[in-house]
Amino acid sequence: MVSLVKHPHPRERRLVFKNVDRPGWSPDIDTYLQDGGYDDLKKGFGMKPQEIVGEVKTSQLRGRGGAGFSCGMKWGFIKPDEKKPVYLICNADESEPGTFKDRYIIHQDPHQLLEGMILSCYAVNARLAYIYIRGEFPEGARILERAIQEAHARGFLGKNILGSGFDLEIFVHRGAGAYICGEETGLIESLEGKRAYPRIKPPYFPAVLGLYQCPTIVNNVETLCNVKHIVRLGGAEFAKIGRPNNTGTRILCVSGDVQKPGYFELECGAVTMGELLNDLCGGPKPGRKFKAVIPGGSSAKVLRADDTYKIKVKQPDGSMADQELKFDDIVLDFDSLAAVGSMAGSGGVIVMDDSRDMVWALNNINEFYAHESCGQCTPCREGSLWMKKITDRLAGGYGVAADPRTLKSVADNIAGRTICAFGEACAWPVQSFLQKFPEDFAGAAAKNELPRGARTALEALNPALAAAAAERH
Amino acid sequence: MSAAAEEIPTLPSVPAELEARIDEAITHYPPDFKRSATLPLLHLLQEHFGFLGAGTEEWVAHKLGLEPVNVYEVITFYPMFRRAPAGRHHIRVCRTLSCALGGSYELMRQLCELAKIDRSHATHHAPVSNAADGKFSIEFVECLASCGTAPVCMVDDDFYENVATKEAAAQILQRYE
Ligand SMILES: Cc1cc2nc3c(=O)[nH]c(=O)nc-3n(C[C@H](O)[C@H](O)[C@H](O)COP(=O)(O)O)c2cc1C
Ligand code: SF4
Ligand code: FES
Repeated sequence: MVSLVKHPHPRERRLVFKNVDRPGWSPDIDTYLQDGGYDDLKKGFGMKPQEIVGEVKTSQLRGRGGAGFSCGMKWGFIKPDEKKPVYLICNADESEPGTFKDRYIIHQDPHQLLEGMILSCYAVNARLAYIYIRGEFPEGARILERAIQEAHARGFLGKNILGSGFDLEIFVHRGAGAYICGEETGLIESLEGKRAYPRIKPPYFPAVLGLYQCPTIVNNVETLCNVKHIVRLGGAEFAKIGRPNNTGTRILCVSGDVQKPGYFELECGAVTMGELLNDLCGGPKPGRKFKAVIPGGSSAKVLRADDTYKIKVKQPDGSMADQELKFDDIVLDFDSLAAVGSMAGSGGVIVMDDSRDMVWALNNINEFYAHESCGQCTPCREGSLWMKKITDRLAGGYGVAADPRTLKSVADNIAGRTICAFGEACAWPVQSFLQKFPEDFAGAAAKNELPRGARTALEALNPALAAAAAERH
Repeated sequence: MSAAAEEIPTLPSVPAELEARIDEAITHYPPDFKRSATLPLLHLLQEHFGFLGAGTEEWVAHKLGLEPVNVYEVITFYPMFRRAPAGRHHIRVCRTLSCALGGSYELMRQLCELAKIDRSHATHHAPVSNAADGKFSIEFVECLASCGTAPVCMVDDDFYENVATKEAAAQILQRYE
């Protein structure tokens, strides 16, 4: 179902989301063509592939999937005279909790994505590309398949596209409910028909050894859409949008305890946290205050709304000096969020107000990671489950005084010791919630003493419940 | 395999029309890498039969030139594949943080009540609970990428946003026969 039409906020700059919720818009190719669709593709075919790579480098576009890696640099790893086939994969797994942007592009503007993909494939000389879409978007998969057929019929896909001599096929590949398929090497394994076990880097950097052991570019939906706009505007002009090293727009997805949640496409760094939450999202619910904000998808470290943050700022003479920053004044771009100890991640901003218990919130997050660990690495497989068990009993009123310490030590022993970044993704919430909200955890933990000899706190404190739980599992 | 696994009903024979779609899906991948079609084939079979019956491993393996275990390990890894029939309509409720903040646990409780489903036996490895009358089945799933319109759920392939009241939940269920 299409969501209710929502008009862009005056502070938005709609580039990638230009056609999202646009009155009279539909995802078919005629609507897109009437609006100048595929003109940028024609322009792109007038350029050499290496020129497009150059423009993308000049644009300073950073990946929108989570890590914020330079797109031009990634593409630069593909040798222009590569002998093996090169593949391109669009990461449409959109599964990082709190993130809801690719969904709207896929459902409402599939041809923009295709145009961006065709240009990107031409730039890196990929003749076969896949859109890896999460299994829970069945309608999205059908819309993309229809769009691919339409593009074929008009000569934008297939052999000798628009007389350029360039051939390309794009196929949709559906996932089946596993979060780890969003991680690019897990995604590749999954696309090869296996369990989505991430591969170790090095040597398996996709751009070197990716799909079928060939060089492969994996980019997020939003990143690939941006390529179309870079070709249209030119890299230098694109780089003027936003801030240096944080160029272009960013789609921020706000959910949780605000009056008006939703998505907002803004120039990178155009608003502060306070402006986003109060001006664009209408502030907290009546009678409430903001307590905690996770700024970049559930893996990003949580920020405390009543904290001040110390950041290093470059002075006119080039030296660095400390500056104090209130929560409301944090600028929402890649570098500023990194400076306050979190990350812009996937753009998913999850807000919690003072009615929320942080132990409960962390327990919800821990349950997600415990469920989604692929199970290859012991610290992640076991640790994510232990962390969930600990917060589960804390939230249930069976915590013991040692729990926050145990929790921290488990998290500390996962981060940095795993094959993929899921290890950090599950450790960071635990570490940051404990650090930022020690009082919530101490309060929950203080309730009980662990009697000697008990194997688990639950067993000691509520034997009947422990027996019932053991039976369930 | 556990005793439960042995009770899986057998995969019925695959009709020609479905096999034609399966053969077409295989062409989406380079001829040397037919294994890539494992997930698409499993999706097609599950969509058609409602679940992956006993013998699915062998059938898909034969089609793609694999060992049955290659298919088995895929089926057991991905949460969307199931080995037992679900209800005529399958409900997925998002469990993750933004939806939980918006009341998804309450939504789950209401849906179970309305659809007469007992979820008390749901576990990590058997997350789906069926109604006794076979009409609906239900499970919690993780973030469905629509957190701004929490709480959200799916019934079969249909997606529903802002399902924040029992009336809204009841209206959704009424649409299904
Ligand atoms: C655990 C994990 C989950 C991820 N999930 C997604 C996802 O759902 N969508 C996405 O685009 N990238 C996801 N990523 C990032 C990808 O690995 C990869 O960096 C990205 O697709 C690259 O595209 P970009 O450079 O355009 O951002 C995930 C990474 C990790 C470690
Ligand atoms: S860190 Fe976790 S998700 Fe990543 S490979 Fe290891 S076990 Fe799998
Ligand atoms: S948390 Fe429910 S859709 Fe994201």
